[in-house]
Amino acid sequence: MAVLKHELRQGRNALVIWTGIIAFMLGVCVLIYPEMKKQMSEISGMFADMGSFSAAFGMDKINFGEFIGYFGVECGNVLGLGGAFFAALLGISALAKEEKEHTAEFLLTHPVSRGKIVVQKLCSVFLQIAVLNVVVIGVAVLSAFFVGEMPEAKIFALLFLAYFVLQIEVAAICFGISAFISRGGLGIGLGIAALLYFLNIISNLTENAEFLKYITPFGYTEGADIIANGSINKGYLSVGLVLTVIGIGMAFYRYSRKDIA
Amino acid sequence: MEAVRTISLTKYYGKSRGIKDINLAVPEGDFFGFIGPNGAGKSTTIRTLLGLISPSSGTAEIFGQDIRGHKDKILSDIGYMPSEANFYPAMKVREVIRFSAELRGRDCSVEAARLCERLELDTGKKIGALSLGNRKKVSIVCALQHKPKLCIFDEPTSGLDPLMQREFYAILEERNAQGAAIFLSSHVLSEVQRHCRHAAVIREGEILVVDSMEHLGKTRAKRVTLRGVDAPPALEGIRDVKKGGDAVNFLYSGSPEVLLNALAALPLTDVTITEPDLEEIFMHYYREGEK
Repeated sequence: MAVLKHELRQGRNALVIWTGIIAFMLGVCVLIYPEMKKQMSEISGMFADMGSFSAAFGMDKINFGEFIGYFGVECGNVLGLGGAFFAALLGISALAKEEKEHTAEFLLTHPVSRGKIVVQKLCSVFLQIAVLNVVVIGVAVLSAFFVGEMPEAKIFALLFLAYFVLQIEVAAICFGISAFISRGGLGIGLGIAALLYFLNIISNLTENAEFLKYITPFGYTEGADIIANGSINKGYLSVGLVLTVIGIGMAFYRYSRKDIA
Repeated sequence: MEAVRTISLTKYYGKSRGIKDINLAVPEGDFFGFIGPNGAGKSTTIRTLLGLISPSSGTAEIFGQDIRGHKDKILSDIGYMPSEANFYPAMKVREVIRFSAELRGRDCSVEAARLCERLELDTGKKIGALSLGNRKKVSIVCALQHKPKLCIFDEPTSGLDPLMQREFYAILEERNAQGAAIFLSSHVLSEVQRHCRHAAVIREGEILVVDSMEHLGKTRAKRVTLRGVDAPPALEGIRDVKKGGDAVNFLYSGSPEVLLNALAALPLTDVTITEPDLEEIFMHYYREGEK
Protein backbone atom coordinates (compact mmCIF):
# COMPACT_ATOMS: atom_id res chain seq x y z
CA MET A 1 0.00 0.00 0.00
CA ALA A 2 2.93 2.33 0.58
CA VAL A 3 3.58 2.64 -3.15
CA LEU A 4 -0.09 3.32 -3.93
CA LYS A 5 -0.27 6.06 -1.31
CA HIS A 6 2.97 7.53 -2.56
CA GLU A 7 1.79 7.48 -6.19
CA LEU A 8 -1.47 9.19 -5.34
CA ARG A 9 0.37 11.88 -3.42
CA GLN A 10 2.86 12.37 -6.26
CA GLY A 11 0.07 12.69 -8.82
CA ARG A 12 -2.24 14.90 -6.78
CA ASN A 13 -1.44 18.24 -8.39
CA ALA A 14 -1.71 16.95 -11.93
CA LEU A 15 -4.99 15.24 -11.08
CA VAL A 16 -6.46 18.42 -9.62
CA ILE A 17 -5.42 20.47 -12.64
CA TRP A 18 -6.66 18.01 -15.28
CA THR A 19 -9.91 17.35 -13.44
CA GLY A 20 -10.48 21.06 -12.97
CA ILE A 21 -9.88 21.91 -16.61
CA ILE A 22 -11.98 19.08 -18.06
CA ALA A 23 -14.83 19.63 -15.59
CA PHE A 24 -14.76 23.36 -16.26
CA MET A 25 -14.82 22.98 -20.02
CA LEU A 26 -17.57 20.38 -19.94
CA GLY A 27 -19.55 22.53 -17.51
CA VAL A 28 -19.21 25.56 -19.77
CA CYS A 29 -20.30 23.53 -22.80
CA VAL A 30 -23.45 22.49 -20.97
CA LEU A 31 -24.16 25.95 -19.58
CA ILE A 32 -24.04 27.62 -22.99
CA TYR A 33 -26.52 25.08 -24.39
CA PRO A 34 -29.64 27.30 -23.95
CA GLU A 35 -27.89 30.00 -25.96
CA MET A 36 -26.91 27.50 -28.63
CA LYS A 37 -30.39 26.00 -28.72
CA LYS A 38 -31.91 29.30 -29.89
CA GLN A 39 -29.70 29.26 -32.93
CA MET A 40 -29.93 25.53 -33.36
CA SER A 41 -32.63 25.49 -35.98
CA GLU A 42 -30.24 27.13 -38.41
CA ILE A 43 -27.03 25.62 -37.12
CA SER A 44 -28.30 22.09 -36.87
CA GLY A 45 -29.08 21.98 -40.57
CA MET A 46 -25.72 23.51 -41.37
CA PHE A 47 -23.82 21.11 -39.13
CA ALA A 48 -25.54 18.13 -40.64
CA ASP A 49 -24.93 19.50 -44.11
CA MET A 50 -21.17 19.81 -44.20
CA GLY A 51 -20.72 16.46 -45.90
CA SER A 52 -17.72 14.45 -44.84
CA PHE A 53 -16.77 17.02 -42.25
CA SER A 54 -20.04 16.34 -40.43
CA ALA A 55 -19.51 12.63 -40.80
CA ALA A 56 -16.01 12.86 -39.36
CA PHE A 57 -17.39 14.09 -36.06
CA GLY A 58 -20.53 12.01 -36.20
CA MET A 59 -22.68 15.09 -36.58
CA ASP A 60 -24.70 13.71 -39.46
CA LYS A 61 -26.42 11.23 -37.16
CA ILE A 62 -27.14 13.61 -34.33
CA ASN A 63 -29.95 16.02 -33.74
CA PHE A 64 -28.39 19.15 -32.33
CA GLY A 65 -31.76 20.47 -31.35
CA GLU A 66 -31.82 17.96 -28.52
CA PHE A 67 -29.59 18.36 -25.50
CA ILE A 68 -28.28 14.79 -25.59
CA GLY A 69 -27.28 15.19 -29.23
CA TYR A 70 -25.35 18.34 -28.47
CA PHE A 71 -23.87 16.79 -25.35
CA GLY A 72 -22.82 13.62 -27.19
CA VAL A 73 -20.56 15.59 -29.53
CA GLU A 74 -19.24 18.09 -27.01
CA CYS A 75 -18.68 15.39 -24.45
CA GLY A 76 -16.79 13.43 -27.08
CA ASN A 77 -14.44 16.29 -27.71
CA VAL A 78 -13.89 17.45 -24.16
CA LEU A 79 -14.05 14.34 -21.98
CA GLY A 80 -13.05 11.89 -24.71
CA LEU A 81 -9.96 13.70 -25.91
CA GLY A 82 -9.07 15.41 -22.62
CA GLY A 83 -9.57 12.22 -20.65
CA ALA A 84 -7.60 10.20 -23.18
CA PHE A 85 -4.65 12.59 -22.93
CA PHE A 86 -4.74 12.48 -19.15
CA ALA A 87 -4.98 8.68 -19.13
CA ALA A 88 -2.13 8.41 -21.64
CA LEU A 89 0.13 10.64 -19.56
CA LEU A 90 -0.63 8.70 -16.38
CA GLY A 91 -0.08 5.35 -18.03
CA ILE A 92 3.06 6.13 -19.99
CA SER A 93 4.86 7.70 -17.04
CA ALA A 94 3.72 5.29 -14.32
CA LEU A 95 6.65 2.88 -14.57
CA ALA A 96 9.09 4.77 -16.79
CA LYS A 97 9.29 7.85 -14.61
CA GLU A 98 11.20 5.96 -11.90
CA GLU A 99 14.01 5.32 -14.33
CA LYS A 100 13.82 8.73 -15.95
CA GLU A 101 14.07 10.47 -12.58
CA HIS A 102 16.64 7.89 -11.40
CA THR A 103 14.48 6.93 -8.46
CA ALA A 104 14.09 3.30 -9.56
CA GLU A 105 17.28 2.40 -7.76
CA PHE A 106 15.77 3.71 -4.54
CA LEU A 107 12.33 2.19 -4.97
CA LEU A 108 13.35 -1.23 -6.24
CA THR A 109 15.97 -1.94 -3.58
CA HIS A 110 13.28 -2.05 -0.93
CA PRO A 111 11.68 -5.39 -0.11
CA VAL A 112 8.68 -4.88 -2.37
CA SER A 113 8.49 -7.20 -5.35
CA ARG A 114 8.28 -5.77 -8.85
CA GLY A 115 4.89 -7.42 -9.25
CA LYS A 116 3.51 -5.60 -6.22
CA ILE A 117 4.91 -2.33 -7.49
CA VAL A 118 3.19 -2.83 -10.85
CA VAL A 119 -0.11 -3.67 -9.12
CA GLN A 120 0.00 -0.60 -6.92
CA LYS A 121 1.03 1.72 -9.71
CA LEU A 122 -1.75 0.38 -11.91
CA CYS A 123 -4.29 0.84 -9.11
CA SER A 124 -3.11 4.40 -8.67
CA VAL A 125 -3.56 5.11 -12.38
CA PHE A 126 -7.09 3.64 -12.40
CA LEU A 127 -8.04 5.38 -9.16
CA GLN A 128 -6.95 8.76 -10.48
CA ILE A 129 -8.96 8.20 -13.66
CA ALA A 130 -11.97 7.22 -11.54
CA VAL A 131 -11.68 10.36 -9.42
CA LEU A 132 -11.49 12.53 -12.53
CA ASN A 133 -14.58 10.89 -13.98
CA VAL A 134 -16.64 11.09 -10.79
CA VAL A 135 -15.94 14.81 -10.49
CA VAL A 136 -16.52 15.48 -14.18
CA ILE A 137 -19.79 13.51 -14.18
CA GLY A 138 -20.92 15.38 -11.07
CA VAL A 139 -20.20 18.73 -12.68
CA ALA A 140 -21.90 17.71 -15.95
CA VAL A 141 -25.06 16.49 -14.19
CA LEU A 142 -25.22 19.60 -12.01
CA SER A 143 -24.81 21.92 -14.98
CA ALA A 144 -27.44 20.01 -16.96
CA PHE A 145 -29.80 20.34 -14.03
CA PHE A 146 -28.95 24.04 -13.84
CA VAL A 147 -29.94 24.73 -17.45
CA GLY A 148 -33.08 22.65 -16.98
CA GLU A 149 -32.14 19.77 -19.30
CA MET A 150 -32.55 16.25 -18.00
CA PRO A 151 -31.43 13.78 -20.63
CA GLU A 152 -32.42 10.15 -20.50
CA ALA A 153 -30.42 8.72 -17.61
CA LYS A 154 -29.50 5.51 -19.41
CA ILE A 155 -27.96 7.26 -22.41
CA PHE A 156 -26.20 9.75 -20.18
CA ALA A 157 -24.75 6.90 -18.09
CA LEU A 158 -23.72 4.91 -21.19
CA LEU A 159 -21.83 7.89 -22.59
CA PHE A 160 -19.91 8.36 -19.36
CA LEU A 161 -19.29 4.64 -19.01
CA ALA A 162 -17.91 4.50 -22.55
CA TYR A 163 -15.52 7.39 -21.87
CA PHE A 164 -14.42 5.84 -18.61
CA VAL A 165 -13.63 2.54 -20.34
CA LEU A 166 -11.83 4.44 -23.09
CA GLN A 167 -9.58 6.13 -20.56
CA ILE A 168 -8.89 2.83 -18.82
CA GLU A 169 -7.97 1.27 -22.16
CA VAL A 170 -5.67 4.11 -23.23
CA ALA A 171 -4.03 4.11 -19.79
CA ALA A 172 -3.53 0.33 -19.86
CA ILE A 173 -1.95 0.37 -23.33
CA CYS A 174 0.39 3.18 -22.33
CA PHE A 175 1.10 1.42 -19.04
CA GLY A 176 2.24 -1.62 -20.97
CA ILE A 177 4.54 0.52 -23.12
CA SER A 178 5.80 2.25 -20.00
CA ALA A 179 7.40 -1.00 -18.83
CA PHE A 180 9.52 -1.11 -21.99
CA ILE A 181 10.90 2.41 -21.98
CA SER A 182 13.23 4.01 -19.50
CA ARG A 183 13.20 7.59 -20.70
CA GLY A 184 10.24 9.91 -20.59
CA GLY A 185 7.53 8.72 -22.93
CA LEU A 186 5.23 11.74 -22.80
CA GLY A 187 5.51 12.20 -26.54
CA ILE A 188 4.65 8.55 -27.12
CA GLY A 189 1.67 8.78 -24.77
CA LEU A 190 0.20 11.93 -26.29
CA GLY A 191 0.94 10.60 -29.76
CA ILE A 192 -0.98 7.39 -29.08
CA ALA A 193 -3.98 9.26 -27.69
CA ALA A 194 -4.05 11.62 -30.68
CA LEU A 195 -3.51 8.80 -33.15
CA LEU A 196 -6.43 6.80 -31.74
CA TYR A 197 -8.63 9.88 -31.95
CA PHE A 198 -7.77 10.50 -35.58
CA LEU A 199 -8.21 6.84 -36.49
CA ASN A 200 -11.84 7.19 -35.47
CA ILE A 201 -12.23 10.35 -37.55
CA ILE A 202 -10.79 8.57 -40.57
CA SER A 203 -13.11 5.61 -40.01
CA ASN A 204 -16.06 8.03 -39.93
CA LEU A 205 -15.00 9.50 -43.26
CA THR A 206 -14.92 6.40 -45.37
CA GLU A 207 -16.62 3.05 -45.09
CA ASN A 208 -13.44 1.36 -46.29
CA ALA A 209 -11.79 2.34 -43.03
CA GLU A 210 -14.56 1.22 -40.75
CA PHE A 211 -12.44 -1.64 -39.42
CA LEU A 212 -10.40 1.03 -37.65
CA LYS A 213 -13.23 1.36 -35.17
CA TYR A 214 -12.19 -2.00 -33.80
CA ILE A 215 -8.72 -0.68 -33.11
CA THR A 216 -9.47 2.66 -31.56
CA PRO A 217 -11.47 3.02 -28.34
CA PHE A 218 -13.01 6.15 -29.84
CA GLY A 219 -14.98 3.66 -31.95
CA TYR A 220 -17.15 2.59 -29.02
CA THR A 221 -17.40 6.06 -27.48
CA GLU A 222 -18.97 7.56 -30.63
CA GLY A 223 -21.80 9.60 -29.10
CA ALA A 224 -23.90 9.40 -32.27
CA ASP A 225 -23.97 5.58 -32.19
CA ILE A 226 -24.64 5.32 -28.48
CA ILE A 227 -27.56 7.75 -28.73
CA ALA A 228 -28.96 6.19 -31.88
CA ASN A 229 -28.66 2.57 -30.69
CA GLY A 230 -29.12 3.05 -26.98
CA SER A 231 -26.11 0.82 -26.35
CA ILE A 232 -22.35 0.63 -26.63
CA ASN A 233 -21.13 -1.41 -29.61
CA LYS A 234 -20.11 -4.72 -28.06
CA GLY A 235 -17.78 -5.71 -30.89
CA TYR A 236 -15.65 -2.58 -30.58
CA LEU A 237 -15.83 -2.76 -26.80
CA SER A 238 -14.62 -6.36 -26.61
CA VAL A 239 -11.54 -5.59 -28.70
CA GLY A 240 -10.89 -2.65 -26.38
CA LEU A 241 -11.10 -4.85 -23.32
CA VAL A 242 -8.74 -7.37 -24.87
CA LEU A 243 -6.22 -4.61 -25.63
CA THR A 244 -6.57 -3.42 -22.03
CA VAL A 245 -5.75 -6.87 -20.68
CA ILE A 246 -2.82 -7.21 -23.10
CA GLY A 247 -1.41 -3.84 -22.01
CA ILE A 248 -1.56 -4.81 -18.35
CA GLY A 249 -0.16 -8.28 -19.05
CA MET A 250 2.78 -6.80 -20.98
CA ALA A 251 3.56 -4.49 -18.09
CA PHE A 252 3.74 -7.37 -15.62
CA TYR A 253 5.71 -9.59 -17.96
CA ARG A 254 8.25 -6.98 -18.94
CA TYR A 255 8.71 -5.14 -15.68
CA SER A 256 9.44 -8.22 -13.61
CA ARG A 257 12.32 -9.08 -15.96
CA LYS A 258 13.63 -5.66 -16.75
CA ASP A 259 17.22 -4.61 -16.09
CA ILE A 260 17.10 -1.29 -14.31
CA ALA A 261 19.85 0.89 -15.74
CA MET B 1 27.52 -18.83 6.06
CA GLU B 2 28.63 -15.87 4.00
CA ALA B 3 26.88 -12.53 3.87
CA VAL B 4 27.69 -12.30 0.17
CA ARG B 5 28.84 -15.09 -2.10
CA THR B 6 29.07 -14.95 -5.86
CA ILE B 7 29.98 -17.84 -8.11
CA SER B 8 31.20 -17.01 -11.62
CA LEU B 9 28.83 -14.07 -11.68
CA THR B 10 28.77 -12.67 -15.21
CA LYS B 11 26.82 -9.89 -16.86
CA TYR B 12 26.95 -8.83 -20.46
CA TYR B 13 25.05 -5.85 -21.79
CA GLY B 14 24.33 -7.13 -25.24
CA LYS B 15 27.87 -7.84 -26.40
CA SER B 16 29.63 -5.33 -24.20
CA ARG B 17 31.16 -6.53 -20.98
CA GLY B 18 29.70 -5.74 -17.62
CA ILE B 19 31.39 -8.19 -15.29
CA LYS B 20 32.99 -11.54 -15.95
CA ASP B 21 33.40 -14.53 -13.68
CA ILE B 22 33.19 -12.65 -10.41
CA ASN B 23 33.90 -14.90 -7.42
CA LEU B 24 33.56 -13.21 -4.07
CA ALA B 25 32.95 -14.42 -0.55
CA VAL B 26 32.23 -11.88 2.16
CA PRO B 27 31.92 -13.54 5.58
CA GLU B 28 29.22 -12.42 7.99
CA GLY B 29 30.42 -9.51 10.09
CA ASP B 30 33.17 -8.58 7.63
CA PHE B 31 34.11 -5.08 6.51
CA PHE B 32 34.78 -5.59 2.83
CA GLY B 33 36.13 -3.10 0.32
CA PHE B 34 35.57 -3.32 -3.41
CA ILE B 35 38.11 -1.23 -5.25
CA GLY B 36 38.37 -0.33 -8.88
CA PRO B 37 38.41 2.58 -11.30
CA ASN B 38 35.23 4.01 -12.77
CA GLY B 39 33.62 1.62 -15.20
CA ALA B 40 35.40 -1.43 -13.81
CA GLY B 41 32.16 -3.18 -12.91
CA LYS B 42 31.73 -2.30 -9.23
CA SER B 43 28.23 -0.95 -9.65
CA THR B 44 27.25 -3.73 -12.03
CA THR B 45 28.25 -6.31 -9.42
CA ILE B 46 26.34 -4.51 -6.68
CA ARG B 47 23.25 -3.95 -8.82
CA THR B 48 23.22 -7.63 -9.70
CA LEU B 49 23.38 -8.57 -6.02
CA LEU B 50 20.39 -6.31 -5.39
CA GLY B 51 18.36 -7.77 -8.23
CA LEU B 52 18.20 -4.53 -10.21
CA ILE B 53 19.76 -6.37 -13.12
CA SER B 54 19.80 -10.09 -13.71
CA PRO B 55 23.08 -11.93 -14.33
CA SER B 56 23.84 -13.42 -17.75
CA SER B 57 25.30 -16.45 -16.00
CA GLY B 58 26.59 -17.51 -12.63
CA THR B 59 24.86 -17.20 -9.29
CA ALA B 60 24.97 -15.12 -6.17
CA GLU B 61 23.75 -15.70 -2.65
CA ILE B 62 23.06 -13.34 0.19
CA PHE B 63 23.08 -15.05 3.59
CA GLY B 64 22.88 -18.36 1.76
CA GLN B 65 19.80 -17.47 -0.28
CA ASP B 66 19.86 -17.27 -4.05
CA ILE B 67 19.29 -13.71 -5.24
CA ARG B 68 16.79 -14.81 -7.85
CA GLY B 69 14.43 -16.76 -5.64
CA HIS B 70 14.24 -14.75 -2.44
CA LYS B 71 14.51 -11.15 -3.48
CA ASP B 72 12.08 -9.67 -0.97
CA LYS B 73 13.55 -11.56 1.95
CA ILE B 74 17.07 -10.63 0.91
CA LEU B 75 16.29 -6.96 0.38
CA SER B 76 14.73 -6.67 3.82
CA ASP B 77 18.10 -7.63 5.31
CA ILE B 78 20.05 -5.15 3.19
CA GLY B 79 20.66 -1.45 3.50
CA TYR B 80 21.76 -0.07 0.14
CA MET B 81 23.24 3.28 -0.65
CA PRO B 82 23.53 3.92 -4.41
CA SER B 83 26.34 6.00 -5.84
CA GLU B 84 23.83 8.48 -7.24
CA ALA B 85 21.60 9.75 -4.47
CA ASN B 86 18.37 10.51 -6.32
CA PHE B 87 14.98 10.91 -4.71
CA TYR B 88 11.61 12.42 -5.52
CA PRO B 89 12.51 16.13 -5.78
CA ALA B 90 9.17 17.48 -4.56
CA MET B 91 9.26 15.46 -1.35
CA LYS B 92 10.68 16.62 1.94
CA VAL B 93 13.61 14.80 3.48
CA ARG B 94 11.49 13.42 6.30
CA GLU B 95 8.84 12.21 3.87
CA VAL B 96 11.42 10.27 1.87
CA ILE B 97 12.86 8.70 5.01
CA ARG B 98 9.38 7.74 6.22
CA PHE B 99 8.45 6.40 2.77
CA SER B 100 11.54 4.19 2.82
CA ALA B 101 10.52 2.81 6.23
CA GLU B 102 6.93 2.26 5.02
CA LEU B 103 8.22 0.32 2.02
CA ARG B 104 9.91 -1.94 4.54
CA GLY B 105 6.71 -2.12 6.55
CA ARG B 106 8.48 -0.89 9.66
CA ASP B 107 8.59 2.04 11.99
CA CYS B 108 12.18 3.22 12.13
CA SER B 109 11.51 6.74 13.37
CA VAL B 110 13.72 6.52 16.48
CA GLU B 111 16.78 5.30 14.62
CA ALA B 112 16.10 7.70 11.75
CA ALA B 113 16.00 10.67 14.12
CA ARG B 114 19.24 9.55 15.72
CA LEU B 115 20.99 9.24 12.36
CA CYS B 116 19.70 12.59 11.11
CA GLU B 117 21.03 14.27 14.20
CA ARG B 118 24.46 12.68 13.87
CA LEU B 119 24.68 13.59 10.20
CA GLU B 120 23.29 17.09 10.82
CA LEU B 121 20.56 16.57 8.27
CA ASP B 122 17.72 19.09 8.08
CA THR B 123 14.63 16.94 7.54
CA GLY B 124 12.30 19.84 6.76
CA LYS B 125 13.94 20.68 3.43
CA LYS B 126 12.76 19.57 0.03
CA ILE B 127 14.94 17.05 -1.77
CA GLY B 128 15.15 19.34 -4.80
CA ALA B 129 16.82 22.03 -2.70
CA LEU B 130 19.58 19.76 -1.37
CA SER B 131 23.22 19.61 -2.41
CA LEU B 132 24.74 16.30 -3.46
CA GLY B 133 26.32 15.90 -0.02
CA ASN B 134 22.99 16.34 1.72
CA ARG B 135 21.24 13.96 -0.63
CA LYS B 136 23.96 11.44 0.21
CA LYS B 137 23.08 11.88 3.86
CA VAL B 138 19.43 11.11 3.11
CA SER B 139 20.66 8.03 1.33
CA ILE B 140 22.71 6.98 4.35
CA VAL B 141 19.71 7.35 6.68
CA CYS B 142 17.50 5.33 4.33
CA ALA B 143 20.15 2.62 4.14
CA LEU B 144 20.72 2.36 7.88
CA GLN B 145 17.49 3.25 9.68
CA HIS B 146 16.19 -0.32 9.66
CA LYS B 147 19.45 -1.71 11.09
CA PRO B 148 20.21 -4.10 8.22
CA LYS B 149 22.37 -7.20 8.62
CA LEU B 150 24.22 -6.30 5.45
CA CYS B 151 25.10 -2.77 4.32
CA ILE B 152 25.98 -2.31 0.67
CA PHE B 153 27.41 1.08 -0.20
CA ASP B 154 28.37 2.16 -3.69
CA GLU B 155 30.94 4.96 -3.60
CA PRO B 156 29.47 6.30 -0.37
CA THR B 157 31.81 9.17 0.44
CA SER B 158 31.93 11.08 -2.83
CA GLY B 159 30.29 14.43 -2.20
CA LEU B 160 30.58 14.21 1.59
CA ASP B 161 32.88 16.69 3.31
CA PRO B 162 35.78 15.22 5.36
CA LEU B 163 34.03 15.70 8.70
CA MET B 164 30.95 13.90 7.46
CA GLN B 165 33.08 11.16 5.95
CA ARG B 166 34.56 10.61 9.38
CA GLU B 167 31.14 10.53 11.03
CA PHE B 168 29.91 8.16 8.32
CA TYR B 169 32.75 5.72 8.91
CA ALA B 170 32.27 6.01 12.66
CA ILE B 171 28.65 4.92 12.20
CA LEU B 172 29.70 2.08 9.92
CA GLU B 173 32.32 0.88 12.40
CA GLU B 174 29.63 0.82 15.11
CA ARG B 175 27.25 -1.15 12.95
CA ASN B 176 30.06 -3.51 12.07
CA ALA B 177 30.89 -3.95 15.75
CA GLN B 178 27.23 -4.83 16.34
CA GLY B 179 27.58 -7.62 13.81
CA ALA B 180 26.48 -6.12 10.50
CA ALA B 181 28.50 -6.99 7.42
CA ILE B 182 29.69 -3.99 5.41
CA PHE B 183 30.35 -4.16 1.69
CA LEU B 184 31.50 -0.93 0.14
CA SER B 185 32.89 0.04 -3.20
CA SER B 186 35.28 2.88 -3.68
CA HIS B 187 37.94 4.23 -5.93
CA VAL B 188 39.57 5.97 -2.97
CA LEU B 189 42.18 3.49 -1.89
CA SER B 190 43.08 5.18 1.38
CA GLU B 191 39.60 4.93 2.89
CA VAL B 192 39.37 1.27 2.01
CA GLN B 193 42.79 0.70 3.55
CA ARG B 194 41.78 2.48 6.72
CA HIS B 195 38.49 0.74 7.37
CA CYS B 196 38.22 -2.55 5.56
CA ARG B 197 39.43 -5.94 6.71
CA HIS B 198 39.24 -7.54 3.29
CA ALA B 199 39.21 -6.12 -0.18
CA ALA B 200 38.85 -7.11 -3.78
CA VAL B 201 40.32 -5.22 -6.70
CA ILE B 202 38.29 -5.21 -9.88
CA ARG B 203 39.39 -4.01 -13.27
CA GLU B 204 37.69 -4.24 -16.61
CA GLY B 205 35.00 -6.46 -15.18
CA GLU B 206 37.32 -9.02 -13.65
CA ILE B 207 38.55 -9.56 -10.12
CA LEU B 208 42.33 -9.16 -10.00
CA VAL B 209 42.91 -9.98 -6.38
CA VAL B 210 40.92 -10.71 -3.22
CA ASP B 211 42.82 -10.66 0.03
CA SER B 212 42.97 -9.28 3.54
CA MET B 213 43.91 -5.64 3.78
CA GLU B 214 47.04 -6.66 5.63
CA HIS B 215 48.34 -8.66 2.70
CA LEU B 216 47.27 -6.13 0.15
CA GLY B 217 49.02 -3.44 2.18
CA LYS B 218 52.34 -5.23 1.88
CA THR B 219 52.32 -4.89 -1.85
CA ARG B 220 51.15 -1.35 -1.59
CA ALA B 221 53.37 1.13 -3.37
CA LYS B 222 54.12 4.80 -2.80
CA ARG B 223 55.01 7.37 -5.39
CA VAL B 224 58.17 9.15 -4.18
CA THR B 225 59.52 12.38 -5.67
CA LEU B 226 62.96 13.62 -4.65
CA ARG B 227 64.60 16.93 -5.50
CA GLY B 228 68.30 17.61 -5.23
CA VAL B 229 69.47 14.18 -6.46
CA ASP B 230 69.53 12.66 -9.90
CA ALA B 231 69.09 8.99 -9.02
CA PRO B 232 66.92 7.07 -6.58
CA PRO B 233 68.59 5.40 -3.59
CA ALA B 234 69.65 1.83 -4.18
CA LEU B 235 66.83 -0.03 -2.47
CA GLU B 236 64.75 -3.06 -3.18
CA GLY B 237 61.23 -2.43 -4.38
CA ILE B 238 61.95 0.58 -6.58
CA ARG B 239 60.56 0.68 -10.07
CA ASP B 240 59.11 2.92 -12.72
CA VAL B 241 61.89 5.48 -12.26
CA LYS B 242 61.43 8.80 -14.06
CA LYS B 243 64.07 11.52 -14.15
CA GLY B 244 63.62 15.14 -15.09
CA GLY B 245 65.71 18.24 -14.24
CA ASP B 246 66.93 17.98 -10.68
CA ALA B 247 64.06 15.66 -9.68
CA VAL B 248 63.65 11.93 -9.65
CA ASN B 249 60.42 10.12 -9.28
CA PHE B 250 59.76 6.43 -8.62
CA LEU B 251 57.36 3.85 -7.22
CA TYR B 252 58.47 2.28 -3.94
CA SER B 253 56.88 -0.77 -2.44
CA GLY B 254 58.97 -1.69 0.57
CA SER B 255 59.11 -0.77 4.23
CA PRO B 256 58.78 2.98 4.90
CA GLU B 257 61.46 2.82 7.57
CA VAL B 258 64.09 1.57 5.15
CA LEU B 259 63.17 4.28 2.67
CA LEU B 260 63.36 7.07 5.23
CA ASN B 261 66.74 5.89 6.51
CA ALA B 262 68.08 5.89 2.98
CA LEU B 263 66.66 9.32 2.25
CA ALA B 264 68.18 10.77 5.41
CA ALA B 265 71.61 10.28 3.93
CA LEU B 266 70.83 12.16 0.69
CA PRO B 267 71.28 15.91 0.06
CA LEU B 268 67.59 16.52 -0.65
CA THR B 269 66.03 19.94 -1.18
CA ASP B 270 62.50 18.57 -1.24
CA VAL B 271 60.66 15.28 -0.86
CA THR B 272 57.09 14.17 -1.38
CA ILE B 273 55.69 10.74 -0.71
CA THR B 274 52.16 10.23 -1.98
CA GLU B 275 49.73 7.48 -2.79
CA PRO B 276 50.36 6.49 -6.35
CA ASP B 277 47.37 7.31 -8.42
CA LEU B 278 44.88 4.54 -8.64
CA GLU B 279 45.79 3.63 -12.18
CA GLU B 280 49.32 2.74 -11.05
CA ILE B 281 48.02 0.45 -8.35
CA PHE B 282 45.75 -1.27 -10.76
CA MET B 283 48.58 -1.61 -13.21
CA HIS B 284 50.53 -3.23 -10.42
CA TYR B 285 47.83 -5.83 -9.81
CA TYR B 286 47.15 -6.07 -13.47
CA ARG B 287 50.72 -7.08 -14.23
CA GLU B 288 50.67 -9.56 -11.38
CA GLY B 289 47.49 -10.98 -12.79
CA GLU B 290 49.16 -11.47 -16.15
CA LYS B 291 52.18 -13.27 -14.75
